[in-house]
Amino acid sequence: MQNFGELRLDRISRHFHTHAALRELDLTIKAGEFISLLGPSGCGKSTALNCIAGLLSLTSGEIRLDGKRIDPLPPEQRGFGMVFQNYALFPHMSVRRNIAFGLEMRGIRRAEVNQRVEKALKLVRLDNLGDRLPGQLSGGQQQRVAIARAAVIEPPLVLMDEPLSNLDAKLRIEMRHEIRRLHNELGLTTIYVTHDQDEALSLSDRIVVMRDGVKRQEGTPEELYQRPATLDVALFMGFRNVLDVNARQDGVGRITAESGAVRLGALGQAPSGPAIAAFRPDDVLLAGEEGQPAHVGTVEYCGRDWLADLTLPDGRTVLMRSPHPLTKGDPIRFTVPPERVRVFAGEEALA
Amino acid sequence: MSGAVHNAASPPSAAPPRTARADDARAAGRDLRPLLVLPGLAVVVALFLYPFLYGLFLSFEPLEGGALANYIRFFSENRLYGTIGTTLWLSLPITVLNVGLALPVAYALRVPSTSQRIITTILVVPITLGTVLAAQGLLSYLSPQGWMNRALLDLGLIVEPIRLLHKPAAVVISLVITGFPFAFLMMLSYVTGIDPTLARAAATLGAPAHRQFFRIYLPLLAPGIAITFALCFVQAFAVFPSAVMLGAPAGPTRVISIAAYEAAFEDYDYSMASAIALIMGAVQLGVVAFVLGLRNLAYRGPVASGKG
Repeated sequence: MQNFGELRLDRISRHFHTHAALRELDLTIKAGEFISLLGPSGCGKSTALNCIAGLLSLTSGEIRLDGKRIDPLPPEQRGFGMVFQNYALFPHMSVRRNIAFGLEMRGIRRAEVNQRVEKALKLVRLDNLGDRLPGQLSGGQQQRVAIARAAVIEPPLVLMDEPLSNLDAKLRIEMRHEIRRLHNELGLTTIYVTHDQDEALSLSDRIVVMRDGVKRQEGTPEELYQRPATLDVALFMGFRNVLDVNARQDGVGRITAESGAVRLGALGQAPSGPAIAAFRPDDVLLAGEEGQPAHVGTVEYCGRDWLADLTLPDGRTVLMRSPHPLTKGDPIRFTVPPERVRVFAGEEALA
Repeated sequence: MSGAVHNAASPPSAAPPRTARADDARAAGRDLRPLLVLPGLAVVVALFLYPFLYGLFLSFEPLEGGALANYIRFFSENRLYGTIGTTLWLSLPITVLNVGLALPVAYALRVPSTSQRIITTILVVPITLGTVLAAQGLLSYLSPQGWMNRALLDLGLIVEPIRLLHKPAAVVISLVITGFPFAFLMMLSYVTGIDPTLARAAATLGAPAHRQFFRIYLPLLAPGIAITFALCFVQAFAVFPSAVMLGAPAGPTRVISIAAYEAAFEDYDYSMASAIALIMGAVQLGVVAFVLGLRNLAYRGPVASGKG
């Protein structure tokens, strides 16, 4: 199915009147990759997807498939499969006819259409529901039909626009596995739009974090999870503790971040002066005498562990995830491993 | 007002027993609220059912002859039964024209925009005018000395006035002017009720614009087209003012309502007039039933998609 090498987005922009929904996005997608566009609502991720699909025209920039410009083409000539947030199944056609639609539009012989539709139905495990109308299916089943309909045309690229956001939590996790399984089994190339960092981390080979129409960072899930480049990416990746600090380079690759009574070590480079230190609640550890003093505030029981507010001597709050129960009001000491603290200064610190 | 007087006049102890009785009725499972429908029902019976039945029975009591004499006469006289064909020959093409024009225009304007609002507003005006005013206006506009002919003559596009008045053409024009906006507004609400994502999905699957229309929009619109057709047809079938004022009521536009009018107010044969009115109703019902029967062949479920 990999009948292409790469799709290249070259500084693509899309404006709505005076508002720039997407600004000069550069991105290269290689055959077989699973790429997520991740960001809060209004960040331009869906605009980018619609531009790739051809449902929105570009204000500027170029889209090239193996060097051939495709941005002037209408959607029906690009031939990318698309899975919509509301599935967009044709309500008057049976599941089978829905899946066959794209093949019929390509003028494929009836016998082959039937054969490929049956194969697609089996693949999404709906072989016994082929004659139902979409309205008679559950949300998860409709989702499978939508994926089958997009994948059966064997498109060079499958575009998914928040396909799981209408499903309940349990089904969402199930369908997440299903999407990755289909991606692997069918050898698809997928661009996946989501605002859910867990989805993006678990599904993707590569993640593009977007905000206000601009690409903020691009990298593997591990890179983004461990080394967010900017504060807004860090916030999106679960760095829920954010402290204003004074940073100072403390030898090569070591930073000391101080703020009132708190003193944190961090790895990396930072100019001396005001900065922002960010770390995850999961990385806050209980410590002995050398740790930072704090008092336990509200404690939430989360099943596996406890999530506690720690009140610092200056009144600021740090969130901590603890494997042990904590008691409200107790004095404790905590520490954060330096490799888990990110220090952002200057433009990086804009959130 | 009378209630207030009553309350003021009656002793305070008069109220509790009534409440108690209402509670009893509710406790016994007798819900009296359905009785609220009675006034409405009375209006329907008095204004629709009674005249209908009165006319039905009247039609079987002809001035002379047996019970079916009116009907036998209607179907044996060409100038009477011929009006069915005349009326259908006017109203069916007009309906097809109205719905046929309304569908593409509504489809083209399906995305909310300024032009959609402006055109919709402009088109509401003819609806409010009514057929008589539109016919009156056309009478002077289309006349040999009217604006249209004067303009065309002055521009040198024609040598002598086009004569449209007192021909079926003028009736058709007037009924399109009043009927099209109605059909358009109905079709617009059906078209905009269809989730535009469906067409986008069809596009990504390789369907160019015409196939998006024929494979997605048209099947989903079919029930709406049938309803619009039925309502437009009923309006056009009952045409009377424009057929009299703009057409040739003695000849090609002698529609069935003219025959009924003549029977009632020129021959004073109310029995015959009732019979004609009932035949008119039966023909309308036949066409509407046929169209709605076709509707049942189409998909009639929700036109949105997904659960979201």
